[in-house]
Amino acid sequence: MISGYLITILITIVIYAMLAHSLNIITGHAGQISLGHASFFGIGAYTSAMLYTEAGFPFWISVPMAAVAAGIVGALLGIPCLRVRDDFLAITTMGINFVVEAIFLYLPFFGGAMGIGGINLPGWFGREMTKPEYFILILVVFGLLLLLDRRMGRSWIGLAWASIREDELAAGAMGVDVVRFKVLAFILGSAIAGLAGGFYAHFLTFIMPQNFGFGQSIVILSMVVFGGIGSRWGPIVGAIILGVLPEVSRPIMEYRILIYGILLLGMMRFQPGGLLGPESILPRILRRSVYGLRGQG
Amino acid sequence: MSLLEVRALSKEFGGLRALDGVSFAAQEGEILGIIGPNGAGKTTLFNLISGVYPPSNGEMSFQGESILRMKPHQISRLGIGRTFQIVRPFQNLDVETNVLVAFGHRYYPSLWKSSAPFRQPGILREVQALIERAGLRSYTKHLAKNLPLGFKKRLEIARALALRPRLLLLDEPSAGLRFEESAQLMELIRQVLGEGIGVLLIEHNMQVVMDLCKRIVVLRRALPGKFVQTPWSSRPIWGRRHKCWKPGRSRFLTASFWP
Repeated sequence: MISGYLITILITIVIYAMLAHSLNIITGHAGQISLGHASFFGIGAYTSAMLYTEAGFPFWISVPMAAVAAGIVGALLGIPCLRVRDDFLAITTMGINFVVEAIFLYLPFFGGAMGIGGINLPGWFGREMTKPEYFILILVVFGLLLLLDRRMGRSWIGLAWASIREDELAAGAMGVDVVRFKVLAFILGSAIAGLAGGFYAHFLTFIMPQNFGFGQSIVILSMVVFGGIGSRWGPIVGAIILGVLPEVSRPIMEYRILIYGILLLGMMRFQPGGLLGPESILPRILRRSVYGLRGQG
Repeated sequence: MSLLEVRALSKEFGGLRALDGVSFAAQEGEILGIIGPNGAGKTTLFNLISGVYPPSNGEMSFQGESILRMKPHQISRLGIGRTFQIVRPFQNLDVETNVLVAFGHRYYPSLWKSSAPFRQPGILREVQALIERAGLRSYTKHLAKNLPLGFKKRLEIARALALRPRLLLLDEPSAGLRFEESAQLMELIRQVLGEGIGVLLIEHNMQVVMDLCKRIVVLRRALPGKFVQTPWSSRPIWGRRHKCWKPGRSRFLTASFWP
């Protein structure tokens, strides 16, 4: 039987992978940079927690509602974000993150700095789910999301996103409804982040505003950039590596944000495509280690 | 009824009047040249017609329908395709996918239909035909960013043709091309004209303009007195002064076309 510690890390990593995947839809597929993704994570977590503790809804309703709520807020916030691009969009989304965190922190309704406690793991078959069962549940949900992503990637929605990412002006001139597809990306990305938030709240049983701050947004973005913006498996690999790293050694945990910042800078400078992205050094290293230095490219 | 009718079109950027009361009409199957010195507002005119930004004043109608308040994608769906002065293909997509993008509005009109795969044999055949027409057959799977400039320009035309346009806006198609490349491009434009598609052609190469166009619109830089004052600019902003009037070209313009 796997230990409780290991299963905790595994669940955390799947939740991070889900978050990185959701940010990848907005930033990787549709090309809209977001520095405030943790706010949707937070909206999902708080929606789910409030519905569960205050309104008494069961897990199976509160978590889907978390996705819906985050998706709606994502659409509402996505519409003003349509008017700005690139660096201005980055600053706007960052601002959104601070506002959302402040709302959770200062409104007594949301429990203030104390956060919300008393959220439990879901029940099924008349008992509470064990952690390994919970792990399998979110893994299955994540798998379904990845299947959906694959379908989207092959569909015209995926192509429309790619054209907007490449050149918004030219996409508009080719008949692509830029506004529609941008908002769609914001809705989907936010909703999946909200879903991850719901899972997170029920797993941690206790949430507070600091979990959903700007630092968290940077962690999620680091995972996406590290693994490879726009690739399907990149963000997941990024989430696994950057999720395991702090657990392997405690010093890394303490300087987590610093290390992520350095990683982000280093990747931007030397591997802008990420580990699994185009022009990655990874295949070259692998080839060299298999064929030796004389290996033919 | 003319294909495109533009009446008293003006555009001001802050205090700079880029276009001042331009009026003309383009007919089907006609190629209308648009010439004028740098900064005369030729590209601004294209951006207004294709809806990149709204005009400050004036009227535009396409096939009798006003396109004044339309968004770029709505205008392109009506049948106005365009190319860009500085080429803008989707750099990291291959040639085939570049052209495919322009098929979207016809085959995937609703969001629900958009979730169907975009590579469908029927559409791909049409795409292939367009690519062959543009002479890019052996480059179908090449990324747009790896193509030389002349090919990128032809790709842009293929992409615009995929919209099944009634009117094509070409912004300096021959700029930066070698003579043969330019000639191939002109051949493509002639073919397009033969199909009854109207063309607006911005071009600095007067040889090309003379060869292709029967009618020409000449834009001049707005006169100094015509710069406007707005609440945002207490004094008029002057455009860059146009210094590079090559004597030959200048004489040529004034002699043949200046009204």
